[in-house]
Amino acid sequence: MDTQELIKSQVTGNPVVLYMKGSPKFPQCGFSNLATQILNACNVEYVAIDVLADQNIREGIKGYANWPTIPQLYINGEFVGGSDIMRAMYESGELQTLLNATK
Amino acid sequence: MLSAQQLEAYITQNLACDYIKVLGDDGTHFEAVVVSPEFVGKNMVKQHQLVYAALGERMKAEIHALSMKTFTPEAWLKLKGND
Repeated sequence: MDTQELIKSQVTGNPVVLYMKGSPKFPQCGFSNLATQILNACNVEYVAIDVLADQNIREGIKGYANWPTIPQLYINGEFVGGSDIMRAMYESGELQTLLNATK
Repeated sequence: MLSAQQLEAYITQNLACDYIKVLGDDGTHFEAVVVSPEFVGKNMVKQHQLVYAALGERMKAEIHALSMKTFTPEAWLKLKGND
């Protein structure tokens, strides 16, 4: 399976997927840390994928949604945004609404 | 070292902006506020993608982190009005 197909299977096979640097317990970047905190505050289960553990995914994810930075959040296979957008959508309540729809 | 002013120039070269302000003095981490008529009718993802596209390859090489807020001219005026 090539990387783009692998990413597609990850984001479509799980309702909420976060690509991040490090793990939710040990984030390796402030923006990834913020993303995990937002998801925790939304009280949702999610799959976290550490891009530092896989160079192919680290590069491939940037092309997948035409988004050059990490973290990246996917809900029901759709790219939602990076940490700035996650924060804005969390503050407006939009993120919680989207996440509730996956439960 | 990349400065906030250079980053502003890179963005405005490729994206028409009504207002732009980039902060950051460590050469790799920046925060930007960008107001552009190009953002009208686009969601936040597409707005941010326009800024990333304006930066092109620089986004991969020089810039480690760019946090941004994007506004349409109308939304920006509304926000300023509330200050």
